[in-house]
Amino acid sequence: MDLTQRSATELADQLASLDVSAREVVDAHLDRIAALDGVVPDGEVWSAKAPDDLDERDVHAYLHVTAAAAREHAEEIDRRRVAGDELGPLAGVPLALKDVLTMQGAPTTCGSRILEGWVPPYDATVTERLRAADVVVLGKTNMDEFAMGSSTENSAYGPTRNPWDLGRVPGGSSGGSAAAVAGLLAPLAIGTDTGGSIRQPAALTGIVGAKPTYGTVSRYGLVAFASSLDQAGPFARTVEDAARLQTLVQGHDPRDATSVPRDVPDLLARLRDGVGGLRVGTVTELQGEGYEPGVEETFRRALERLERLGAEIVEVSLPHAGYGLPAYYLIAPSEASSNLARFDGVRYGLRVDAPTSEEMNAATRAAGFGPEVKRRVMIGTHALSSGYYDAYYLQASRVRTLIARDFEAAFEQADVLVSPTSPTVAFGLGTKTADPIAMYLNDVATVPASLAGIPALSLPAGTAAAPEAPGTSLPVGLQVMAPLLRDDLMYRVAWAFEQDLAFTPLPAGDAAVEVA
Amino acid sequence: VALSSDEVRHVAMLARLALTDDEIATLAPQLSEILAYAEQVGEVAAEDVPPTTHPFALRNVTRPDERRPSLPAAAVLAGAPAVEEDRFAVPRIVAEEA
Repeated sequence: MDLTQRSATELADQLASLDVSAREVVDAHLDRIAALDGVVPDGEVWSAKAPDDLDERDVHAYLHVTAAAAREHAEEIDRRRVAGDELGPLAGVPLALKDVLTMQGAPTTCGSRILEGWVPPYDATVTERLRAADVVVLGKTNMDEFAMGSSTENSAYGPTRNPWDLGRVPGGSSGGSAAAVAGLLAPLAIGTDTGGSIRQPAALTGIVGAKPTYGTVSRYGLVAFASSLDQAGPFARTVEDAARLQTLVQGHDPRDATSVPRDVPDLLARLRDGVGGLRVGTVTELQGEGYEPGVEETFRRALERLERLGAEIVEVSLPHAGYGLPAYYLIAPSEASSNLARFDGVRYGLRVDAPTSEEMNAATRAAGFGPEVKRRVMIGTHALSSGYYDAYYLQASRVRTLIARDFEAAFEQADVLVSPTSPTVAFGLGTKTADPIAMYLNDVATVPASLAGIPALSLPAGTAAAPEAPGTSLPVGLQVMAPLLRDDLMYRVAWAFEQDLAFTPLPAGDAAVEVA
Repeated sequence: VALSSDEVRHVAMLARLALTDDEIATLAPQLSEILAYAEQVGEVAAEDVPPTTHPFALRNVTRPDERRPSLPAAAVLAGAPAVEEDRFAVPRIVAEEA
């Protein structure tokens, strides 16, 4: 079996027993990236081809590949291993990092022209912890500009394609990270999730992606979109790999004032305990109208599977879930309009010259931001402006309380809640870009957990055909939501389901992702 | 409520975005539609419901008042579009007197 097909846990075991070196593992992934991803494999940092030069066979998961640094890091780990040094549990395993987290030595663009070429002078806490754990970063992944989007089509550097079907989107905003893991261009990746930006791309690419409890993974060095919702988390091809990666990056950080100063749960201790005796709640409001028949059918079979595994299925209601999306599309743009004020042509990135500072600010932002970012900055600026704040941001924050209360009540009747992750399977490139609200509806099932701050993950539940293409077989995600700080329970349910389903997270039948 | 082109222009000024007339014309109906959708939040949550911004309601987060090294100025200035005398350089802020 090719090294790129192995899980992070398998690679870590092989590395620990000296069956393979970290350098060999990194090289296998770099070779595959060079062959399939649409990068120019020259120099210390490989760049993605310019958008106009990308062709329809390029996955385009990476914006920058830190090839030289990754090889050097791998060799250092190999030397330390031979010398008998104590190494981290995933030492030498490669990882793809979403381009919204800072890392020295390579650009951080957030998928935006306004940050083109900016090289950050410091590492994010997540980056620092990965380095301390001897995980090798392969590069920075493509994303919707400033994480605003559900398809990765809002990247200024061209869209990422779904390894299952290169004519379809990988979801977003962490579509590059998801496509890297699904396309065997990395066994692990870090994404960020504000309203579903890890879970929805995980669902659409047939992998595991988790949004941890808000506040348990530091936001220091994560370029802010909506500060009260942004949370970094893992992508992997197995539940155990995702739990192990989250374990490495979680924990209190005094450099993030919203970081939760409490112990986070051990995610691995009871991972294999099964679902026997657990109450699994289905949510009345997160099914029905708007969900594709193939998604609903796959979800129904997932419930039967959980029941067969010994879970008790109960139905619960989140009466205010329907208000989640309207609240989200006030809160997130409001916070974004404030956070993105820092991109003013003064401290980093692009500047468009003009006679006065104010004109320079406005010209720079007009040239540097894409249409979706402008749209959200405008919504947020309006929602926070004098006379509107109470009716919009404050009212949306009250709805957020109602949704959090709904979850508290639901978790008295059920230990975890499940739903489809996304109402649709992966859709065709360009099919939803003209209608902003149609695109926003992708987040309908993921936003409630974001507003409540609770942990939620997506794992493969099976495949279904796209409604417009009956012969297709595309991944469907199952979302598992757990109470605050019960990320362990979420992983435990997911692990039991995964073992029973035996889903093969390898896209088949397409030359771009065929195994060499 | 539909936003007029003038209202969209006012918001663009507040947001420091030099939008073109075409962009204004595209955004006016889009923003109106999105805000009409978002206004559903007014249907629930009376004033006695407190707002939530963090699931753990942290208050007064402080750290010890200790001196710590900061980033070297040269590293920070290296990413700036214009620098003069170890400072960020910007165009004129105050208009010349007539």
